[in-house]
Amino acid sequence: MSADTNHMLLRIEGLFKRFEEHVVLDGATLDVPRGSLVSVLGRSGAGKSVLLKCLADVVRPDQGTILFDGKPLGIGDAAARAEFRRRCSFLFQSNALFDSLSALENVALPLEQTTDLSDAEIGERSLEALRQLELDAHKDRYPSELSGGMQKRLALARAIVTRPELVLFDEPTAGLDPLRRNAVFAMIAKYQRQFGFTALVVTHDLTEALIASDRVALLDKGRMCFEGTPAEFSASSEPMVCDFRDSAEALGRSLAAIRRGEALNSEDS
Amino acid sequence: MKQSKLELFVGAFVLLGLAAVVYLTVKLGAGSMIGGDTYMIEARFTNAGGLNAGSSVMLAGVPVGRVESIHVDATDYSAMVTLRVQAGLKLPTDTMASIKTTGLIGDKYVALAPGADETYLDSGARITMTESSVDIESLIGKMAFGSVEKGQDEKEHVP
Amino acid sequence: MLRTVGRHTLSIVHDLGDFTLFTGRAFRSAVGSRRLGKRIVRAGFEQGVRCLPVILIVGLFTGLVLGLQGYYVLNRFGSESLLGTLVSLSLVRELGPVLAALMLVGQAGSALAAELGIQRNTEQIAALETMGVSSHAYLVAPRLIAALLVYPMQTALFIAVGLWGGSLSGSLLLGLESGVYWSSVERAVESPDVRECFTKAATFGLLTIALCAYYGFNAHRCSSATGARAVSASTTRAVVLSSIVVLAADYVITSFLV
Repeated sequence: MSADTNHMLLRIEGLFKRFEEHVVLDGATLDVPRGSLVSVLGRSGAGKSVLLKCLADVVRPDQGTILFDGKPLGIGDAAARAEFRRRCSFLFQSNALFDSLSALENVALPLEQTTDLSDAEIGERSLEALRQLELDAHKDRYPSELSGGMQKRLALARAIVTRPELVLFDEPTAGLDPLRRNAVFAMIAKYQRQFGFTALVVTHDLTEALIASDRVALLDKGRMCFEGTPAEFSASSEPMVCDFRDSAEALGRSLAAIRRGEALNSEDS
Repeated sequence: MKQSKLELFVGAFVLLGLAAVVYLTVKLGAGSMIGGDTYMIEARFTNAGGLNAGSSVMLAGVPVGRVESIHVDATDYSAMVTLRVQAGLKLPTDTMASIKTTGLIGDKYVALAPGADETYLDSGARITMTESSVDIESLIGKMAFGSVEKGQDEKEHVP
Repeated sequence: MLRTVGRHTLSIVHDLGDFTLFTGRAFRSAVGSRRLGKRIVRAGFEQGVRCLPVILIVGLFTGLVLGLQGYYVLNRFGSESLLGTLVSLSLVRELGPVLAALMLVGQAGSALAAELGIQRNTEQIAALETMGVSSHAYLVAPRLIAALLVYPMQTALFIAVGLWGGSLSGSLLLGLESGVYWSSVERAVESPDVRECFTKAATFGLLTIALCAYYGFNAHRCSSATGARAVSASTTRAVVLSSIVVLAADYVITSFLV
């Protein structure tokens, strides 16, 4: 057990949260091994985003413990929270880029505000992060002047510039077309290996998650009804998993149709 | 906008703003009060109506100081006016102080008329010869109605 | 009925307390905030340089009108020589701080409320917090500190231009000797007036910018609307309340200082 906790970077136990009468998280649990890419699946409204927001301290859970690197994150424990924030980054669904700052300034901001590095070091490290995400040619452009995919990469650059151990992704593929979804997951998997951070992705895109993740978990009505490897997920006979998987197959069919449609469109034009 | 350009603009604004602040505090705020050392003298008036702390003190029409404070002397119910006068100006002991008005309805000020004595007023000394403010209302009343009493009688009838 | 009064009283007290905490937190968080100076300069640009034209134009016209009106009124009493007194005291004691503050609310305050509201809406404020950056220190504190410095400067500029405008209409249009005008200006204004003027300007600056920041920052808590509507509702509220607060605070300060 203790050896187990050691290689778990993040461990969530019995997380409970209700908004007035509505129970959103009902004893959710999750283990995130160090260096892995873990996807939390679930349909919309299953409590995925709230789970992530509890981690980011945007929402306060009513009950439950969060262990980060073996140490509990008390709800009001400012020092532990500050430590957690320093070692963890959060990628918003909407990217939450600072629209009045250029790409380079966006990436430099967390370094400027939370570290004592000199201006030269900050410039160097920010540019390095942009270069790694192939955005260095656009460093002086504003977020609104970048394409959706570039914005996502810029948000990732801003998240990794502080060299975090854990990056939390909130629905990184929401609202994207299937091709872009693949690209985003490929990007997460690629940089996760390249930079060696641990990634926790909340998504409802089953196909991509199963291919890219080391582990998947399925959240339903505030509880984890499955946790395991993608292979175990595919083989599981758990009713909720079957439901989700079958609906995903239906989704897969329609995706294929959309893809064919796109191919036709591009031939037309 | 680039940070350096921004700083340039803000710097220019701050210089301009500071200039205006300094103009307001130094040129206007200090009023016509002459800088440097000052000393106090006192003057007793039977009526100091219309005079305020901060009113001008003039000599030959030139501002030479300010009224520092006004209070009632409890022993004889007269108005005790403390004047702050610039230090370089030595006033003979028989200087006369009178309360006058700029124009018909203007501010009241203290006019000093120096005498011919060989000795001068020290700090805290008292001017003995004073002339109180003229009561404009009663003057007008006298001019309009011949006498104050008659004026009051008339008031009863004329709305 | 009684319950309604009670509920509203409680909600006003709650809002006031919340607003005070918000302002206090902004100042406290400013201590030790990194690169605060850079952000103060930017806030100084927004409140200072950007608003300078409107301050100068409104100041000039205020002075011109005061000069004209004052001249015609004083002319009846044959006291045109007091024109400088009238213009300068009106400007320094009341019109300068109040009108400058209202102009700054209209330009810098509304922009601030809208900017913070949009940043709240697009999760930029939440993003700052998850990075471990205090949004109070990063977004609010520099604006408040800048306001404390910029408002008195803008007020002084407003008054200087207004006095000049008064002399323009007095001497150029109506034939008053400009020396008469300026000497009565210098004689009229005294240091307590100037002190009152700057006290007002700094107080208005702090109150209005804090109010605008408060409403923009809390746009998501707007009860009457959501999304873009919430931003516009918060901005409107911020501007209206700030304008009221300027006049109310003016009354309070005047009655305490005079």
